[in-house]
Amino acid sequence: MDFMVFQYPMITVQACLDGILLGVLFALIAYGMALQWGVMNIINIAQGDLVILGGYIAYFMYLYGIHPAWGVIVSPFIMYFVGVGIYKLVINKVVDRDLFISILATFGISILFMQLMNFAFGADVVLANSGYGTTFLFDSNVVLPNSKIFSAVVSIAFAICLVIYMKKSKLGRAIRATAQNARAAKILGVDTEKVYAATFGINAALCGVAGALISITFTIHPYMGLPYTIRSFMIVIVAGLGNLPGVAMSGMGLGVFEEFADYILGTEFRIGSVFLLLVLILVYRRFKLSRKREYLK
Amino acid sequence: MKINKIILSFISAIAILLSTSVVSFAKVVGDKIVLGAAISLTGKYSSNGVHTQNGYNLAVERINSMGGVKVGGKTYKFDIIYYDDESNPKRAAQLAERLISQDGVEFMLGPYSSGLTKAIAPVTEKYGVPMVEANGASRSLFTKGYKYLFAVLAPANLYLDVAIETAVELNGGKPVRIAQAFEQDAFSQDVRLGILDAAKRTGSEIIIDDKLPKELNDMAATLVKVKQMKPDVLVVSGHTKGALTAIRQIAEMKVDVPMLAMTHCDAAKLSKQHGKNSQYALCASQWHKSLTYKDKFFGTGMKYAKDFEKQFKYDPPYQSAESSAALLVFKDAFERANSFDKKKVRDALAATNMQTFYGNIKFAEGGQNVDKPMVLFQVMCDSSGKCENKVVAPLKWASAKLIHPIPKWSER
Repeated sequence: MDFMVFQYPMITVQACLDGILLGVLFALIAYGMALQWGVMNIINIAQGDLVILGGYIAYFMYLYGIHPAWGVIVSPFIMYFVGVGIYKLVINKVVDRDLFISILATFGISILFMQLMNFAFGADVVLANSGYGTTFLFDSNVVLPNSKIFSAVVSIAFAICLVIYMKKSKLGRAIRATAQNARAAKILGVDTEKVYAATFGINAALCGVAGALISITFTIHPYMGLPYTIRSFMIVIVAGLGNLPGVAMSGMGLGVFEEFADYILGTEFRIGSVFLLLVLILVYRRFKLSRKREYLK
Repeated sequence: MKINKIILSFISAIAILLSTSVVSFAKVVGDKIVLGAAISLTGKYSSNGVHTQNGYNLAVERINSMGGVKVGGKTYKFDIIYYDDESNPKRAAQLAERLISQDGVEFMLGPYSSGLTKAIAPVTEKYGVPMVEANGASRSLFTKGYKYLFAVLAPANLYLDVAIETAVELNGGKPVRIAQAFEQDAFSQDVRLGILDAAKRTGSEIIIDDKLPKELNDMAATLVKVKQMKPDVLVVSGHTKGALTAIRQIAEMKVDVPMLAMTHCDAAKLSKQHGKNSQYALCASQWHKSLTYKDKFFGTGMKYAKDFEKQFKYDPPYQSAESSAALLVFKDAFERANSFDKKKVRDALAATNMQTFYGNIKFAEGGQNVDKPMVLFQVMCDSSGKCENKVVAPLKWASAKLIHPIPKWSER
């Protein structure tokens, strides 16, 4: 245990800012998960692997001399079609089945993606350099890499666009209608099959954006997907489905929590503390639900 | 229906019987000495696995084309059976078992990484099969009393203690303040033990001692502490991702530290991925092509690098060089044993005392190579932004002078 983080006030500020910037990125991934969970009742274990795949797209652009920041435009575009492809191949066969089947199916996709990425891109850890420099605050006691700020800003921008799209566009309305009641939507002429495919595609596109941002801020590696899946799962559990402000808040909360766990418990317990928190929250929710004598369908 | 089933099971029983009886062939077939190796061709170690395999293959070709191995007045050639262990220790142990009991291999080459070598060593030990390995440096491999395990590389605890000693020396013999961050795997923890030893020896103080997770891609917390505490040396070991993450975040956060020592910079292709940001990093390496060791198969390190590049189109990392050296050791041992008896070859291996292009090789009781010091190189860039790794320690091979302390970011 190390309480240095509280002894130096500047480290506390640093940890909070780092956490918030990171949390916004997590929230973007989690929003995609919440969307498809809400619409299709599918928990996508391959979420993190889609993120990493998106990261590789940005990395390859970087390799070919294009600035990786363009990856946030190109990567979602490609990933949308990857998502639709996965839906047509696998997900449409499990969408009406129980949750367990879909978890198994997406778990399978996750393993497949990991191995394919390893096969195609190699097992090396890679990153794309943005060359964005650094922002110094408080007499350079707090340092924020501009790449982190960039990724937070882009995440927020995409989230806002998506909200507007869901509210205003025809497809957005169809998606929301399907989420509320798929059968009723179908009777009223919504092509739910199309809606499902688009939802999965949009989710994959969001993962693509997040992946491109991760390749700019951190590192990517074929086997690094699972922690992102767990984080987004957790954020969705806390915030609930279809609650975007909640997703954003719990994302940032998780980011800050992780940073503090990192300082206090040590970096080795960073991911571990997220898992622990997940268990605690699940236990707490169960406890709360049982007191209310209700149950989730 | 029933009859069909009976016939089917009968046929499959015969097929199984046949398949088990035909595969066992001996370790020396005609004029071939068959070695076995489980290598990570897929999975997370696949890039280093391929470096290892390329090293093995280059040496096999070279030895075979230069007269092969002479045992009992007859000339033999090397051949290797490879299996893909998928970077998975369990699979590696199964494959070792299969190589030995089914394929009849009696001499083994090591896999890539300490973890996989650890999984295979008990198997080769059980069957009394000599294994020369080139990619498992963890100290724990050499303290288990294995009799049939030989490693051509220096153990992990020696990777970075040179750096601490150099720092103390440059500090006028006075102790230094060390910050360290190590991944939690067998190898990095051994490197850490080496640093602890060196700190004790020199009276240095460890002021930050962080552990990094396997899924490491953010070490900002450690670096913030480094910024606050201002140590004299920062040591990082976390395989490729540790090296890449450290350089990226040190540059982004403009962390000033007089000395930065790391492992796995070679494999991380630091200067290629980070360019000038990687400048001044000190890296531990088992081998560098500019060292002046020599042998009659590959000549010097420079020549090895050239031959390797010609065949595989990239500069050899030390993982390839040490793998090639393993074959040279085997050849030497076979010829001295003048026999294919496992026990005799094992004894000959234990008595090895030779020089290869990769370095001197002499095994201690535990099987580790004690005759080859580690080298430290520093990433140095010229004004055009082209970066190169230059050996700076030990002084005997230094091709450039160590730049110390590292210039502050504000002055670069």
